[in-house]
Amino acid sequence: MYDGGKIITGVIIGLVLMTFPIWYTSGRAAKKPDIKLPVKEKQCVEPKDYMRKKHMQLLDLWRDSVVRVAQRSYVAFNGAKYDMSLQNTCISADCHAKKTEFCDECHNYTGVVPTCWDCHIEPKEEPKEKPEEKH
Amino acid sequence: MGVNRRKFLKIAGITTVGVAATPAANALAIGPIEWLDKKLGGFTIPETLLHFFHKPAGHTPGEALTAKRWVMVVNVRQIDEEIVEACTEVCHRIHNVPHIKNPKHEIKWIWDEHYKHALPGQHHEHIDEALKKAPFLVMCNHCQNPACVRVCPTKATFKRKHDGIVLMDMHRCIGCRFCMAACPFGARSFNWVDPRRFIKEEEQNREFPTRTKGVVEKCNFCAERLAKGQIPACVETCQELCKEKGREPALVFGDLEDPDSEVRQLLQSHYTLRRKPELGTNPNVYYIV
Repeated sequence: MYDGGKIITGVIIGLVLMTFPIWYTSGRAAKKPDIKLPVKEKQCVEPKDYMRKKHMQLLDLWRDSVVRVAQRSYVAFNGAKYDMSLQNTCISADCHAKKTEFCDECHNYTGVVPTCWDCHIEPKEEPKEKPEEKH
Repeated sequence: MGVNRRKFLKIAGITTVGVAATPAANALAIGPIEWLDKKLGGFTIPETLLHFFHKPAGHTPGEALTAKRWVMVVNVRQIDEEIVEACTEVCHRIHNVPHIKNPKHEIKWIWDEHYKHALPGQHHEHIDEALKKAPFLVMCNHCQNPACVRVCPTKATFKRKHDGIVLMDMHRCIGCRFCMAACPFGARSFNWVDPRRFIKEEEQNREFPTRTKGVVEKCNFCAERLAKGQIPACVETCQELCKEKGREPALVFGDLEDPDSEVRQLLQSHYTLRRKPELGTNPNVYYIV
């Protein structure tokens, strides 16, 4: 093999660089999302499992329902009525008062960047730990 | 004679489609929740298809004001600078409309216009001086035959079927500005810059969204207030001010299809004009001059 030393050194350096993310973070899993649930409300509009899997579809239906046909009142699975509004019902001072401790926890973990808050106004939070906006 | 080639290919094809479609169907499915059936009144759409139907999942709140066709009547003789200012201020405040000084980037939902621009076909040089100088309150006309809706390629702007209000769905707007070219009244504004930078945080109405850069916006006849049983903010403010000044209300809002409504009575007892009726858009804002 011509220039064997150089090639093998190159391959080794290449392998080291390629596997860098694996061994650099080995043994330290990324922090799991730690959602803080609201204090005031005990019950969401639908059961927890459903919300976890399908909250995006629910919000999508709410959006079309409110914006396009003015049907703004939602009857939850237990018969309670809710105003269909991301900004005034879900992520508001009355329920999930901190977006950073609810939405952002999972969305940052999974690298999902919804554009909701480009227009909708999130509840005010103390500016101590506001992560930088990723848009 | 067992499985021939034709039959084999058929079965193979169906199996492939079935296997491939299951995860896709699962991803789109809304979920086994009772409310779906409740909402659809007995008629059941297969859950997998719901995503395409966008079946509304709610109903109109009980306190909402409803009409067959909302219209506004503006009595120009009763309007003065103070009323114009108050109406504009309240509208722009509650809807988070930014105050941008650069006229090229300006956003407006309701504004003051000269008579000659508001009713160009009705203008001549010897017109009543008072009218010439009078502040003329203009906004989106919520036309019955809206040109903006016709040109919108994404159906982001649409006329609400049940009450005729022309609305914007900001989630859909792609900012092509066809609607701005189509609107003969200049009622639409484009967000050239991020509007949030121009709304002070303490002045935000936290119950209403702002807009984002790259969408078109306009007056929505206070659809969000109607849903709560309130009349549009400009009308409310104007009527309060007129009451203080001891005048007839300068702005009146109501149902054109209801023969007993205040707007119908005003239209009966006064001669009214609409902006550019010759264009055939059939505006729903009437002016008593």
